[in-house]
Amino acid sequence: MSDSVPIQGFEGEEVKRERRLEEIRREAEKHRQLQVVGTRPSGAPFPKASAESGYYGIPLLKQAPWTWEIPLYFFVGGAAGAAAVVGAVADYTGADRELVQHARWIAAAGAVISPALLISDLGRPERFLTMLRVFKPQSPMSVGVWTLLGFSTAATAAAFAGFLRSRYGASMPVRVLENAGQAASLAFGLPFSNYTGVLIGATAIPVWNRSVGDLPLHFAASGLGAAVGILELMGHRKNRALQALGLGAALFETWEGLRIEGRSHSHLHPLKHGASGWVTRAGGVLSGPVPTGLRLASLFTSRKRSECLRRWAAFASIAGSLATRFGWIAAGKTSAQDWQEPLRPADALTESGA
Amino acid sequence: MSVTAFLTDSTLCIGCKACEVACKEWNGVSEDGLDWSGFSYDNTGAVGASTWRHVKFVEQAPTPGLGGNAEQASWTFSSDVCKHCENAGCLEACPTGSIVRTEFGGVFIQPDICNGCGYCVASCPFGVVERNPKDGRAFKCTFCYDRQKVGLQPACAKACPTESIKFGEIDTLRAEASRRLEELHARGMEDAVVYDPAQTSVGGTHAMFIVRGDPRAYNLPPAPEVPTVYLKKGWRSSALAAGLLLTGTLLAFLTDGRNSR
Repeated sequence: MSDSVPIQGFEGEEVKRERRLEEIRREAEKHRQLQVVGTRPSGAPFPKASAESGYYGIPLLKQAPWTWEIPLYFFVGGAAGAAAVVGAVADYTGADRELVQHARWIAAAGAVISPALLISDLGRPERFLTMLRVFKPQSPMSVGVWTLLGFSTAATAAAFAGFLRSRYGASMPVRVLENAGQAASLAFGLPFSNYTGVLIGATAIPVWNRSVGDLPLHFAASGLGAAVGILELMGHRKNRALQALGLGAALFETWEGLRIEGRSHSHLHPLKHGASGWVTRAGGVLSGPVPTGLRLASLFTSRKRSECLRRWAAFASIAGSLATRFGWIAAGKTSAQDWQEPLRPADALTESGA
Repeated sequence: MSVTAFLTDSTLCIGCKACEVACKEWNGVSEDGLDWSGFSYDNTGAVGASTWRHVKFVEQAPTPGLGGNAEQASWTFSSDVCKHCENAGCLEACPTGSIVRTEFGGVFIQPDICNGCGYCVASCPFGVVERNPKDGRAFKCTFCYDRQKVGLQPACAKACPTESIKFGEIDTLRAEASRRLEELHARGMEDAVVYDPAQTSVGGTHAMFIVRGDPRAYNLPPAPEVPTVYLKKGWRSSALAAGLLLTGTLLAFLTDGRNSR
């Protein structure tokens, strides 16, 4: 058959379409498949799915659905746990009575606020109780909720007994309650101040699980900085032990910040870029270098000026601790949206030294 | 009771979404809204709280024998579902004991116990579990536990017109998967692979897939890890943090006591 053969009754566009059919047939006979382009739908060419581009860049992982209550709980719990430790140790080493009781009040306040925040996140109070039907050591959240329960009981008991003792004198039952409560709040406060690091570290979210070795230490230092800050704002700005602890926490946070900045793994991207990066960095600066500088400066100034500097260091540490928790949660959300990270092959994942 | 599994063969899938519809109807799953994704004919995107089966529309460069031979794109379809991991991150993370392993080997969220903490959502290496924002609890594929209980196959497998979704005893299906793979290779589809991450800490899944090309194009992660592998490092760091906090506080107060008195 030839292109030049006229077709009876066909003209113009119809002839062109008939010729196209002949073209398609020739193509199919020659190559066993068609190479030519047919219709182009509007919007073509479409993005292709591939090993490099994933499934159209749709995130593989899901974000943790946590709202503001959870990072705030991380902050409150961290500060309360560290305050309980500071209070108990201060008592055992014979520090002044007011400092001990103030630390207990902070711990007790945290012990009351923490479950309230969790219940607010869950939506209904009885939903909190379902966590108390099992204990699962392999679930950091289960371990955490039992730690919270023990800590809340102990910290409120210690604070209440301390209050009774200052008001009505030290009777035997009050002293027993106070000692037991304090010992237990020390024992529960130690894990309570940092378990949230394990909680987010043992998840599928890359920025969290790649940092699992750092997070508990980081969060413990953050909590200690906040607890010291709150105590200083309550008036303990002459206490040298608190100054030393605040300096220690700030130095650790400075080191932690430098560590994060010094590493360039792609999974740490949300800690350095975008909104979550800004919040994390602000948290790092406020809880690390700023209080370090202020506290060091306060060592070499007059008493009045020193107290003022320590007040500012306290503010910075508290704000820094708060920003750190919000920053890490936000970074986790950004990290879950990153479709590239979970699609990296196994050998590319193992080199990270979290 | 035998241990069961899905084998989803994407080389047989025609993208009809009967599995999605059957799943939604049988399980009473709510609608997703009518939103256009704007980048492909897949307007659902991913499995989630209201999508327990999801057909992926994977557009790739033309491959002979794989649908259309046009220059622009060829399609493969793959029906995605909860992987029902052998070591399931969601199950380990659940603080209420709501998520359990059924006698059929599937992972099941008991809706009357789930408290909506959302920890399973962040713990799933496949991004399957999701919290329903209206209800507050987490939802995912139940592996049609109710149907399996009375000896029926899951709704999606029953509705699948091409038997792309196969359901059966897990060892039989593993054998079936390798047999089918050989068959596909013999037909010239040498890029066909079975996705069943048995070498990772997930330890294999109860939902295996046969796909052509790199599984990453189907959003199937090459190295999924059950998050419990991070626990040891985490708790070690936690113990170190507790030790440092205690000794630091002791040192601070002991030296201070000596100086001020």
